[in-house]
Amino acid sequence: MSGGGPAIGSRAPGALESVATSSVAEDRPRRNWGSPWAWIIFLIGVLYFTVPLIATFIISMRAKPLFAGYTNSFADSRFLSSLTYSFVIGLITVVLSIALVVPTAYWVRLRAPRLRPFVEFVTLLPFVIPPVVLVFGLIRAYSRPPLPFTNTDIGSSALLVFAYIVLSLPYMYRSVDSGLRAIDIRTLTEAAQSMGAGWFTILVRIILPNLRVALLSGAFLSLAIVIGEFTMAVYLARPAFGPYLALLGANRTYEPAAVSLISFGVTWLAMIAIALIGRGSRTRIQVGGAH
Amino acid sequence: MTFLELTGVQKRFGDVNAVEDFNLAAQRGEFVSFLGPSGCGKTTTLRMIAGFELPTRGAIVIDDVDVTHRPPNQRNVGMVFQSYALFPNMTVAGNIGFGLKVRKRPKAQIDKRVKELLALIHLEDRGNRFPYQLSGGQQQRVALARALAFEPQVLLLDEPLSALDAKIRIVLRKEIRTIQRQLGITTVYVTHDQEEALSLSDRVVVMSEGRVEQIGAPADIYNFPATPFVASFVGTLNLLAAKVIDSGEGRISVDGQEIRSAKPITDAHDGSTVTIALRPESIELGEGGGVNRLRGVVEDASFLGSIVRIRVHLPESQTTLSLDTFNDPNLDPPAIDETVTLSFPREACLVIGSGPAPVVDVVAGA
Amino acid sequence: MIERDAPPARPARRLSFSWAGLVPFFLFSALFLGLPLAFLALGSIADNKTGAPTLANYGALTTPTVATAFRNSIEVSLVTAIVGGIFGFLLAVAVILGRLPRILRSALMTFSGVASNFAGIPLALAFTYALSAQGIVTLLIKGIGINIYAGGFTIFSKLGIEIVYLYFQFPLMVLIIAPAIDGLKPEWREAAENMGATGFQYWRRIALPILTPTLLGSMILLFGNSFGAQATAYQLTAGQVALVPLAIGNQISGDVLHNVGLGYAMAMGMVAVMGISIVGYTLLQRRSERWLR
Repeated sequence: MSGGGPAIGSRAPGALESVATSSVAEDRPRRNWGSPWAWIIFLIGVLYFTVPLIATFIISMRAKPLFAGYTNSFADSRFLSSLTYSFVIGLITVVLSIALVVPTAYWVRLRAPRLRPFVEFVTLLPFVIPPVVLVFGLIRAYSRPPLPFTNTDIGSSALLVFAYIVLSLPYMYRSVDSGLRAIDIRTLTEAAQSMGAGWFTILVRIILPNLRVALLSGAFLSLAIVIGEFTMAVYLARPAFGPYLALLGANRTYEPAAVSLISFGVTWLAMIAIALIGRGSRTRIQVGGAH
Repeated sequence: MTFLELTGVQKRFGDVNAVEDFNLAAQRGEFVSFLGPSGCGKTTTLRMIAGFELPTRGAIVIDDVDVTHRPPNQRNVGMVFQSYALFPNMTVAGNIGFGLKVRKRPKAQIDKRVKELLALIHLEDRGNRFPYQLSGGQQQRVALARALAFEPQVLLLDEPLSALDAKIRIVLRKEIRTIQRQLGITTVYVTHDQEEALSLSDRVVVMSEGRVEQIGAPADIYNFPATPFVASFVGTLNLLAAKVIDSGEGRISVDGQEIRSAKPITDAHDGSTVTIALRPESIELGEGGGVNRLRGVVEDASFLGSIVRIRVHLPESQTTLSLDTFNDPNLDPPAIDETVTLSFPREACLVIGSGPAPVVDVVAGA
Repeated sequence: MIERDAPPARPARRLSFSWAGLVPFFLFSALFLGLPLAFLALGSIADNKTGAPTLANYGALTTPTVATAFRNSIEVSLVTAIVGGIFGFLLAVAVILGRLPRILRSALMTFSGVASNFAGIPLALAFTYALSAQGIVTLLIKGIGINIYAGGFTIFSKLGIEIVYLYFQFPLMVLIIAPAIDGLKPEWREAAENMGATGFQYWRRIALPILTPTLLGSMILLFGNSFGAQATAYQLTAGQVALVPLAIGNQISGDVLHNVGLGYAMAMGMVAVMGISIVGYTLLQRRSERWLR
């Protein structure tokens, strides 16, 4: 009755020694090169997505000499000026968005959790009010005294910035909110306060640095949206990149193709940047929409 | 009659053997537990029986049919998952009846069977609830009923109680065993809780790092562990290094004090070091517990309710022994730093390995 | 600015204090969301000339031009929501569950992030280059003998808009539905197989029912997304196809109708459609979350 070694049961006669069918044993007793229908669907998708891009590329290369489509674009002063304008507007939008959203999200989490539904409702409104409707309302509201924004260039540009802040509000807020969720702001705040810091110091020196990933991700997305935006820029008569591209499309043959491709490439780079930045953390990829 | 047999089963992931040379012959209606720490390969072996992993080597035979390469949906084994895995979009009744529905049984038959099983698990009036409306213990019972509904040949349970409270665990595991006995179904139960394994099983397979350490009835595993790992994993245990004085007579020296082992020592010669195992409950304070004596200094006395656990330090070898005595309200426990004599019979002193004592937690298990 | 003392650790008792920090946000929202919306709302029930309250503008929504615009918008949005939803779902399943190389999944997700934003002028131009009468693809297909323009097809049509809109609808669907597909626990599939189900039965009885609320919710979101799109159609059809956003855009430019009140009513109509779609999406999301707890 002593425990010797492991007990070995009687072998069933003819027990086989089988070898796995695949070279390195996989989890499932199935093929490991992907199911065929998955490949079919994927390739159809790839086809649909790349064909228009390839067509754009081909057209852009039809100019004589070969790269004229691209060189002419860069030579056009309006290309650079409109791109710069949109970029600057985008930066201002991002900075002001952060200044607005971060304290708000922080406050909601820390001091006013009961007001969260209201705040989240407001951040959903930009989905409910499409850009064309928003710009319509903004023009109607602000083209007359007491707040005649649209009468001046500066005023119109300011209005555009405010409109873009609204447009990027959902993404910014969600990004910052999930960033805040990941850090224990209550304890950080209390620790800072016990050392004598006031609200502003806390926000700028403690909260903001810990939100770097969330802010960068939200910033890149907002920037991408602003640079490509057309509707609101055109109805506010702003010299932005979107209207420039439309003008180009109406008047020139090869340059619009080149510029489209460039803008697509730049957006892709921005998205890769977001993916790389967000790789360590759990920020979800933000979703853009149509415009 | 052997009903479930695993022969030479091996599972390799990359260049690591998750399971190595696993052999088991389970009888019809037997309740076998796979016991071991995380990563020992017990769940992988279970999944191979179920068909979710393909063995790299070896064969699995159920009722004389080789099922090693059969896909999981053709094996007719019922599995209870650790996370229950109840289908959230179906009611309890829908979940339980799913296996029969897939086998295209008539609705009347399915309804009848579902009712039977709901009665078996004492949830007669919960048939129309959804999983998210049930407690953990209730979900676990539904998972069990679901696995039994289609009358499988073998029942597999993967740590089914690990997510539940201690009290519910004890109640549920008794229920599981009762149902299993009632139905007479061959069962494999995976757990890391040795109390569960010992109290439920006909036989226990103790595993460590992919290998089978010992297979035996609970009492055998506990009282006569075959390897140091089994000895330390199952139950609380003292492991000591001892020097062999006379292997034929079983005389060994612990801490400079001579004692005798249960049997003559076979695989170590005089002068070498061996590991011996001592159960805390077999040691007594004072001289009346048996022929072996050890003297040491009391380090600690913990009151654990019905038991007082005393730790005694052996000065020369710098090791510490644990012993358990029943709580006697009329007796004071020994004072700290008091020198005491411990005694235990020869039979309690098991030599379980050559070489110095492995570094394992002395008070493991429980 | 006076720096405050350490405030109490628990939420402030006085409601006014907890409001204070949110003032900038609510002020901004009121000015640049609320006020425009209010202008539109009030304007929609006001007579153009006198300003007196009236519902005539909403009545004017039924005039043929406007009704056509709404009908077209709804049709385009419905088609792209359903087609986009189904194929987007298939794409996501292919890449997540189809045992394709892992890198394809990240590539698709990143691309979807880009493509869901690649709307507007560049997208319209791209499809023009591909499928116009002189487009690359058109000519390619002509080369093997098929003339798609012979049957009256043109990219500058409602069908064309639908084809183009799918370019951002597919990726949007992929991005929304991917987390839900990830949420399908592998144990469910294993449990189903263990009980004898084939892959088809698993999908039919377990996976699809679990995913249905999210699928529907996502398609509703796609509907809203398509309904509100303006720039793409503007560039593509230059007003040949009547769509609600284009009509509103024309109003802003002070164009054809000279009926501001009608413009307001159309805008509110759009807001209503979008609002319903968001509510629908949220309700369905809650439902599926409840199940999957």
